[in-house]
Amino acid sequence: MKQEPIKTEAIEITYREAVREALRDAIKRDERVFLMGEDVGRYGGCYAVSHGLLAQFGPERIRDTPLSESGFTGAGIGAAMAGMRPIVEVMTVNFSLLALDQILNTAATLRHMSGNQFGVPLVIRMATGAGRQLAAQHSHSLEGWYAHVPGITVLAPATLEDARGMLWTALEDPDPVLIFENVMLYNMTGRLAADAGAVDIDKAAVRRPGRDISLITYGGSLWKTLEAATTLAGDGIEAEVIDLRSLRPLDDATIMASVAKTRHAIIVDEGWRTGSLAAEVGMRIVEQAFWSLDAPLGRVCSEEVPIPYPRHLENAAIPQATKIVAATKAALDRA
Amino acid sequence: MVEFRMPSLGADMEAGTLVEWLIKPGDVVKRGQVVAVVETQKGAIEIETFQAGRIDKVLVDLHSKVPVGTPLALILAEGEEKLAVAAAAVPPPAVIAPPAAPPLERPRIAPAPPLSPVRPRVAPGTQVSPAARRLAQERGIDLSTVTGSGRDGAITYADVERRAAEVMAPAVPVAPAERKRAPTLDLGAMRVAIAAAMARSKREIPHYYLEHQVEVTACERWLAEKNATLPPEGRLLFGALPIKAVALAIRRFPAFNGFYRDNKFAPSPAVHVGVAISIRGGGLAAPALHDVDQLPLDELMRQMRDLIQRTRAGRIRGSEMSDPTITVSSLGERGVETLYGIIYPPQVAIIGIGKAVVRPWVIDGAIGPRSVITMTLSGDHRVTDGHAGALFLAEIGKLLQEPEKL
Repeated sequence: MKQEPIKTEAIEITYREAVREALRDAIKRDERVFLMGEDVGRYGGCYAVSHGLLAQFGPERIRDTPLSESGFTGAGIGAAMAGMRPIVEVMTVNFSLLALDQILNTAATLRHMSGNQFGVPLVIRMATGAGRQLAAQHSHSLEGWYAHVPGITVLAPATLEDARGMLWTALEDPDPVLIFENVMLYNMTGRLAADAGAVDIDKAAVRRPGRDISLITYGGSLWKTLEAATTLAGDGIEAEVIDLRSLRPLDDATIMASVAKTRHAIIVDEGWRTGSLAAEVGMRIVEQAFWSLDAPLGRVCSEEVPIPYPRHLENAAIPQATKIVAATKAALDRA
Repeated sequence: MVEFRMPSLGADMEAGTLVEWLIKPGDVVKRGQVVAVVETQKGAIEIETFQAGRIDKVLVDLHSKVPVGTPLALILAEGEEKLAVAAAAVPPPAVIAPPAAPPLERPRIAPAPPLSPVRPRVAPGTQVSPAARRLAQERGIDLSTVTGSGRDGAITYADVERRAAEVMAPAVPVAPAERKRAPTLDLGAMRVAIAAAMARSKREIPHYYLEHQVEVTACERWLAEKNATLPPEGRLLFGALPIKAVALAIRRFPAFNGFYRDNKFAPSPAVHVGVAISIRGGGLAAPALHDVDQLPLDELMRQMRDLIQRTRAGRIRGSEMSDPTITVSSLGERGVETLYGIIYPPQVAIIGIGKAVVRPWVIDGAIGPRSVITMTLSGDHRVTDGHAGALFLAEIGKLLQEPEKL
């Protein structure tokens, strides 16, 4: 699916509002769509994404659930199998582990286990990432774990266009799609075409072209990486920034085309380093683009600690622009 | 006749050992009767038959270990007579072996570049990046002559590129004081590189050759008129016209423009024409003029002069050596009438331009003197066929009939 070609004027909007617009649009367009999750109704969502939707659409379409991730995710799966198009909101990826059985053992496997008799056209949205001083039980980036699982699609909208456009395309998918919204992006403000609509969900995007090194990232880390690229440009290093957008499946072609050009790559991933999505991307580069490489690959990931509460430690634990700049210079022997 | 088989006594059971037969041939068995004892990883288990009848034949000896599903015995159903052929048709029990692995999906591992005749020789312990190694192979650069600038002296892509430019840089007479900083003369190394590239080309590329005669009187007349208005340093040389014509023809024939690598052809969106430039002392280089299809003729001419001058002065850039997507070789006024080029890998075509000669030519049924050039195409048969090549050459010839549009 392509971005709508007709562009009207751009409007000032936050990432949060872009997601809300996407929800509003989906609920209006398809009577089978409804939103459910903890506090999505009367409280307006723990990150205020669904604020105002209960008043607009009523409790049939905006459903508050008990504090039981496994229960309401399972209900979402059942509703999807029965013909609805549910959007399940999970407060944070940390809490989604309570629903991991439903997501992995049921949603991701049912088409296979039923011999293609049943699919689960379910969308699960959840917040991810650190930076809000919510400590070690609300701040982790576990989307890389989900990207391990066949049978589901894993998306990481990092821009306003993607926040606005990925949901509808995800709802049209006959299989489960997980959408990870980085908590640091909700307040991000920018301009978005007033008629912005659905976008594709299977291609990575080059967010900044460059010839010297490929910086491959997604989600909240995109903006830190772009900031690093600006800094690097001041030192004469032209970094190409790739936004993965889809973590499963990965768009190998875009990654390899970039690495073939730049011959260097750093992967920036807020997940922990060991067994990370960054490791997967790096391994694919070695498998598919080894003969293009001019230096060892590098990674900027989270430190291998539970995300700390104090702000200075929290900031030190996750990727930052300064770390990306340092890793890039090291890879290019320009330290 | 029914086969009594080794049952699966658990999801993880792959095989069992028959430790006891409780029946013998000729015995009558009832459904549910225990007929044998099988040893599994979970212990000895009695197994029963679900088929009533008379035991016809025992197929597996005591203490043999057989995979799940192996026929252990044949049971004749009640009233069924033994069929001689049936017994003979029963295959012997399989010897236990690991289950045959299903054919694996081929992992998408990038293949190594094909070997070049100049094997990269490196001192033990020297690190060379994969990209540098591949470039060295492509350009025929001996890695032992490359100085590494990376961490711990590792040889990087840029190091090989620099060395390739040095190798391509010819002799320049310089004042003794300047000699140290002057580009190094290494015609010997250049010869090695030419040898490597050309030998690889002739070994790997199945060339086909086409020849086409093109009347260029219009070009010469147009050039004379145009040059009369230009100062000497701005004048156009004939050689620029076929280069531009080739670049324009590529728009319709993209299969001649690009690189053949890893067993496939990748057309290039940009047209960078390599221009063969001979160097005094016996060298040859074919560096690129960039985006020739976009260049007006006067700008093309200016860049061509600059490139020839720099090449002969040894100031050629490494990227100019690797950028060409097709090559044009022209021997000029002093050359011969026909020239067949050898494709410079990984390119897939080279155009040869012979010198213009005045020939008797038939025009509108009458014979008259006309300037004619012989143009050749050496094409890579893995990518294109003679038919496409013929159309490509004809298109270049056609474009040369209207030089004012080039």
